[in-house]
Amino acid sequence: MQPFVSHTGIVSPLDRANVDTDQIIPKQFLKRIERTGFGQFLFFDWRFLADGTPNPEFELNRPVVAGSSVLLARRNFGCGSSREHAPWALADYGFKVVIAPTFADIFFNNCFQNGMLPIRLAEEDVDELFRRARVAEATGSPYRLRVDLPAGVVTDDAGFSRSFTVDPFRKRCLLEGLDDIGLSLQHTDEITAWEAANAAPAEG
Amino acid sequence: MPSTPRTLLDKIWDAHVVCTPSGELPILYIDRHLVHEVTSAQAFEGLRLAGRRVRRPEKTFATPDHNIPTTDRRLPIADPVSKQQIDTLRNNCSEFGVRLFDLGDADQGIVHVIGPELGITQPGMTIVCGDSHTATHGAMGALAFGIGTSEVEHVLATQTLRQAKPKSLELRVEGALHPGVTAKDLVLYLIGKLSTEGGTGHVIEYTGPCIRRLGMEERMTVCNMSIEAGARAGMIAPDQITFDYLRGRDYAPKDFDRAVAEWERLPGDPGAVFDRVEIFQGGDVVPQVTWGTNPAQVVGIDATVPDPTAFRDPNERDSGSRALDYMGLAGGTKIVDIPLDRVFIGSCTNSRIEDLRAAASVVRGYRVASTVHAMVVPGSGRVKRQAEQEGLDQVFRNAGFEWREAGCSMCLGMNPDTLEPGQRCASTSNRNFEGRQGKGGRTHLVSPAMAAAAAVTGHFTDIRHWLYR
Repeated sequence: MQPFVSHTGIVSPLDRANVDTDQIIPKQFLKRIERTGFGQFLFFDWRFLADGTPNPEFELNRPVVAGSSVLLARRNFGCGSSREHAPWALADYGFKVVIAPTFADIFFNNCFQNGMLPIRLAEEDVDELFRRARVAEATGSPYRLRVDLPAGVVTDDAGFSRSFTVDPFRKRCLLEGLDDIGLSLQHTDEITAWEAANAAPAEG
Repeated sequence: MPSTPRTLLDKIWDAHVVCTPSGELPILYIDRHLVHEVTSAQAFEGLRLAGRRVRRPEKTFATPDHNIPTTDRRLPIADPVSKQQIDTLRNNCSEFGVRLFDLGDADQGIVHVIGPELGITQPGMTIVCGDSHTATHGAMGALAFGIGTSEVEHVLATQTLRQAKPKSLELRVEGALHPGVTAKDLVLYLIGKLSTEGGTGHVIEYTGPCIRRLGMEERMTVCNMSIEAGARAGMIAPDQITFDYLRGRDYAPKDFDRAVAEWERLPGDPGAVFDRVEIFQGGDVVPQVTWGTNPAQVVGIDATVPDPTAFRDPNERDSGSRALDYMGLAGGTKIVDIPLDRVFIGSCTNSRIEDLRAAASVVRGYRVASTVHAMVVPGSGRVKRQAEQEGLDQVFRNAGFEWREAGCSMCLGMNPDTLEPGQRCASTSNRNFEGRQGKGGRTHLVSPAMAAAAAVTGHFTDIRHWLYR
């Protein structure tokens, strides 16, 4: 996994609550057997019109957010299915950070497995980021945020600064690009011992 | 000294923590790993690339369900990409020694239907699957939750998961449900009260007399939809109903009485403390119908479509307005006046034999409305055979329903069973997200009996006043 230490990028505001994984990556694209190539299908039913051309009304299609890598959304982002295709699609599209007031649990976990950082900020802070993005975009320039994982801080260049917390283990895995499975396999002896102690009489 | 009283979740959790390495998340042992075709291919590929094996293939069970056609199984799968995914599962199971309930297998079915049905799911176990509706298995008194594909790979390789202990939420339901009100109505009602994120970070334990009265399959319906309230899992403490259901099933413990003696120690101790408690009255629940594009956007059959502009919360106001726009509905419309094009009875929420019996008893002696295309998709090969022995398939067919082979089908429409843009469907499934059943399709979640009544009348109908024939 690619380590994640810090990141500065253009913010794509997606002013919607309860964005579910069926919207992030519709089911017709879940049939691939690879982890890559899902970015082209991200938000497919919102992003494209029936004739396959980009929907000019969809937030991410606005020229001012071209090349964005920080997604800003509302409450309960990533609810619904456990499909890891959702973070795969976001990461493949180019997102490194997702900021929202709350996330669905499985989606939140899945992000860390893919070197993508989900950041929970207070609702009023997210409101403020939406406001700042609107102001910047009104002048024709994109809004940028900088994320510093070791310090746990999100900043812009106009005085916004908020700290965020990440589970220490997840943080270390992101910073060092560690493979969870490799780490757990270091505890094979304990797993074997647990199995021996729990050779379940209940098993048929 | 007496030990601290523990909840069901505490007991299962404590019994499965292998170790907590310093500064790391606990390593939790997994007793059962269920696998389907959509979320496993990349995990097996990861194992292969790293030269790893499946640590405990005998604790791993696979079946194709999401992507498979529900028409004649003797025909080849028309969609080459679906076929490739199903072939990949078959090859992976063969290479890694995993038991596969394949398409031709008499026990194939939706993974969350066959797990309990075969007795693979048992009280006190930790159970995971790359599928958010894994919470279904919590109905047996297990800790069961959905995971992503990277975690699937982790479980395959280590038979464990890295997990922080979730918080506990007791949902106590007092009283009893009125006649005509089902477990599906109850869980939709609870989601409506909690919101789609009310359970985030929590494992729900459903308790109280109303829950105790539910049969095993009804409990599965309730636990199944815990994720729609954002919860990590849902569970119900095992009791005699659980043990009676499990006894004699294929994978049930051989020394069953000894197992029961252990399982009887699982329910929470008196005085055990939950992180949060919410209390509801079963008697408050009426048959439910969702009006929007998430399962918390739900009202009773006797209500009208709400006017979201009156919602206080700005997020809910925005979500509600978008939802009505997508659903082609106006605030103030009576739910019973909403006409339907399609009816789908199936999914891991409501495709078990009791669901089919309930729907068939409504349909018996009636015909599906001429404006409606209706189908029944049993949850497993076993459910299908049982229904056919009872003649339920004939009841459905005589009424004009299609009678299909087992699979996830139009719950998510990964196979050819989908809605056309603009079509409106009464569905016994679990998600009414935009496009869930087909791009532009409009889904209303209901119970099997309510779906059956809607198929007959062509619009939503209060099942409490149904004239059974």
